[in-house]
Amino acid sequence: MSNRLIDLQHITKIYDGHKVLDDLNLYFNENKFLTLLGPSGCGKTTTLRILGGFETPDEGRVIFNGEDITSLPPNKRSLNTVFQKYALFTHMNIAENIAFGLKINGKSKAYIDDKIKYALKLVNLDGYEKRMPDSLSGGQQQRIAIARAIVNEPKVLLLDEPLGALDLKLRQEMQYELIRMKNELGITFIYVTHDQEEALTMSDTIVVMNQGYIQQIGSPEDIYNEPTNAFVADFIGDSNIFPGIMVEDKVVKIFDTIFPCVDTGFGHNKPVDVVIRPEDVELSAPGSGILDGVVSHLIFKGVHYEMEVTACGQEWLVQSTRMHPVGEQVSIFVDPFNIQIMNKPESEDEEAVVLDV
Amino acid sequence: MIKRWIQRFYLFFIVLFLYAPIGTLMVLSFNDSRTSVKWGGFSLKWYVRLFENETILAALGNTLLLALLSALFATVLGTSAAIAIHHMKKRRQNICMSIVNIPMLNAEIVTGIAFMLLFITLGNLLSVFGIHFEMGFGTVLIGHITFNLPYVVLSVMPKLKQLNNSMYEAALDLGAGERQAFFKIVLPDIMPGVLSGFLLSFTMSLDDFVITHFVKGLGADTLSTLIYSELRKGIKPEMYALSTIMFLAVFFVLLAVNLKPQEHSASEGHR
Amino acid sequence: MYKKSLSYPYLLWAAAFIIIPLLFIVYYGLTDRSGAFTLANLAAIATAEHSKALMLSLLLSLLSTVICLLLAYPLALILSNSRLGRSGFIIFLFVLPMWMNFLLRTLAWVVLLDTNGVIDSLFQALGLPRFKIINTPAAIVFGMVYDFLPFMILPIYNVISKIDINVINAARDLGANSFQTLYKVIFPLSLPGVISGITMVFVPSLTTFVISTLLGGGKILLIGNVIEQEFMKGTSWHVGSGLSLVLMLFIILSMVLSSKYDNGEGNVL
Repeated sequence: MSNRLIDLQHITKIYDGHKVLDDLNLYFNENKFLTLLGPSGCGKTTTLRILGGFETPDEGRVIFNGEDITSLPPNKRSLNTVFQKYALFTHMNIAENIAFGLKINGKSKAYIDDKIKYALKLVNLDGYEKRMPDSLSGGQQQRIAIARAIVNEPKVLLLDEPLGALDLKLRQEMQYELIRMKNELGITFIYVTHDQEEALTMSDTIVVMNQGYIQQIGSPEDIYNEPTNAFVADFIGDSNIFPGIMVEDKVVKIFDTIFPCVDTGFGHNKPVDVVIRPEDVELSAPGSGILDGVVSHLIFKGVHYEMEVTACGQEWLVQSTRMHPVGEQVSIFVDPFNIQIMNKPESEDEEAVVLDV
Repeated sequence: MIKRWIQRFYLFFIVLFLYAPIGTLMVLSFNDSRTSVKWGGFSLKWYVRLFENETILAALGNTLLLALLSALFATVLGTSAAIAIHHMKKRRQNICMSIVNIPMLNAEIVTGIAFMLLFITLGNLLSVFGIHFEMGFGTVLIGHITFNLPYVVLSVMPKLKQLNNSMYEAALDLGAGERQAFFKIVLPDIMPGVLSGFLLSFTMSLDDFVITHFVKGLGADTLSTLIYSELRKGIKPEMYALSTIMFLAVFFVLLAVNLKPQEHSASEGHR
Repeated sequence: MYKKSLSYPYLLWAAAFIIIPLLFIVYYGLTDRSGAFTLANLAAIATAEHSKALMLSLLLSLLSTVICLLLAYPLALILSNSRLGRSGFIIFLFVLPMWMNFLLRTLAWVVLLDTNGVIDSLFQALGLPRFKIINTPAAIVFGMVYDFLPFMILPIYNVISKIDINVINAARDLGANSFQTLYKVIFPLSLPGVISGITMVFVPSLTTFVISTLLGGGKILLIGNVIEQEFMKGTSWHVGSGLSLVLMLFIILSMVLSSKYDNGEGNVL
């Protein structure tokens, strides 16, 4: 309890009669890289805006360091935000942009100059003081936006899809940069994105959200390997998600074929969702695996081949470094450890729907 | 090549059309003869007499004061209205914009007599309570502010649409209060629109005749109404001298302003 | 985010000085001296003198609108195609004249158009027919075109200069020649500006009393002159308001027509 830096309690937010967040409970610890991940419209940005003070929740409280800050305006909060499209002040040069918050808080000139130097160094843009925001590339503007936020020494830095406007190469570069900055600063980063790869790369903890509900909280490994429901499994990486029957402990039936697994406690003959990652599907000579099929599609993806295998009238997505040509007879095998069993969603709200991404 | 030549010629023709009367007035201001028909030789006497003519100078003072006050007031009122309207929901926004446009789209004569009816009725009403109210500088000012407003709102609105709202939020985020965020971030960003609204207002007020004609009552002559009242007697050539001075002053100011930030306006054109 | 109350001063102002004054015209226009309801003031338009003035106004303003459009459209095209359009040149060109008083500028045409005036002398010197249009309706149209031409040029220029150059390139690419591109692509796209320009010229032309006074020699009465006299010569405010209401009918008609096409692009500014 004591190391909770921010605590969101029973947050509900309604826009035009539509519940964007519904009784959301979430806490953030110090010095962590935390990511809110989900499709657009899932409530992640609203959550961030509530943290930043740009929205007031209709119900619930925001506790920061033990203090209720629910109705505190943004300028009174010791959190800072890096906005989606940088929001640099176009009529000020870089130094003035970075100094903005410090000047407002009446810091001395020497202190401000020091901070500007430090911040520009941190974001690898020394010597850019006199430049105007317009003359910088997208990636550079993003770094300035970060510099401008962190000079105020916030306890938490909120980042709203900051890499969304950058191209792929730059995005990957910035991901490493962000991790480095976070470690150097020793503060909490709360990061909002719809890009699962970004989330998996950078986060200590990922919060997967959909339709205003938290679907799963966990480390990137947990989220990837042990998705708690079909939505998470589908949203994170490629997956085979099949309807199945949990016959008994450690035995699941998919398309009338028995697969051994390691999950227990689901009861007898219970309908479940079965998740199998494509890289966990192993192909071998016909008859040697659990289920036989025919390769129906083949694409070369660089690091591996991606194939579709038709078995029992179902398409299985398979990723492998070994190529099997279209039309080849193969047998499918899955290690029991790699079969992930999930309860079927009980309410409509939990249902795995991907909104207009 | 021929096409280009025709285009140049056409442009020149229109410019000539627009500026011929201005050139005429300038020439007349140096005409020694009192009548505007005959050329009586070059003279600067109207320029000298201008500064002795207290009627004209008083009207000039009124005109400039009116333009300044009405432009200032309209700019403040119009800018705040533009901000408020910008943040309204679509339907209310449409209603408000229609109201904003009325003084610009409506005929000046209708606006003028509408004001006149209002002020005279108001005067009659107030006299019942023993308050003396008649048309004069104040009513002209109200009239000018009103017809300046659409120009301010329409100048500021596009700048607000371009404004990235997260710039305002970023300012709050960095510790600025709403007031600070507005004056330090939003206002500088929309300043070009506010300024052009102000200048346009100033110019419109300066050039107005019709509204002033109807609401000035007995007092407060502006240059326009003074000229109109002199129509039958013949325009005093001092007026030509004054117009020439004003025109040239603005010409050189605009020239200086337009030549300097060439780079800036070019980069704006790229967006 | 911003306080709603920011709009209150403006709305208050608009109510007091835009809406209520117009209601006064409606009230005066529909009542007689005793305050009783009457349509007589509206019917006053039917008298020979008034209807003649209205017809003349309509005719001259239509003429000046057409002339303005014909003059302005090519100019807007030229300006949007040249580098001149991009700098402050346009504003320079059209706002600058406003610093020389509107009445004086119009009066200067008397000197230019007068019999034995500048243009007439020029015509004589060149052996052309005499140029005698001062104090005729033609001079009034001339003045209208002169005074309101910028209001036609600016909206058309604004719309044309915003047309994506690739739309025009696409038309050329698909085989249209310059003329086809102009009337099949550019003109339809510039329609909002044209419509807005038409109202911006037509309404002030229809309602002017200054230009007719200055260039018509005081003998030609437009509907604007009639209304002005009803008010300033103290004849009857009621009849004046009634005639204004009739005039407003035409104004509203042209505004409705323009709002059908207007999507905000055709603004003067």
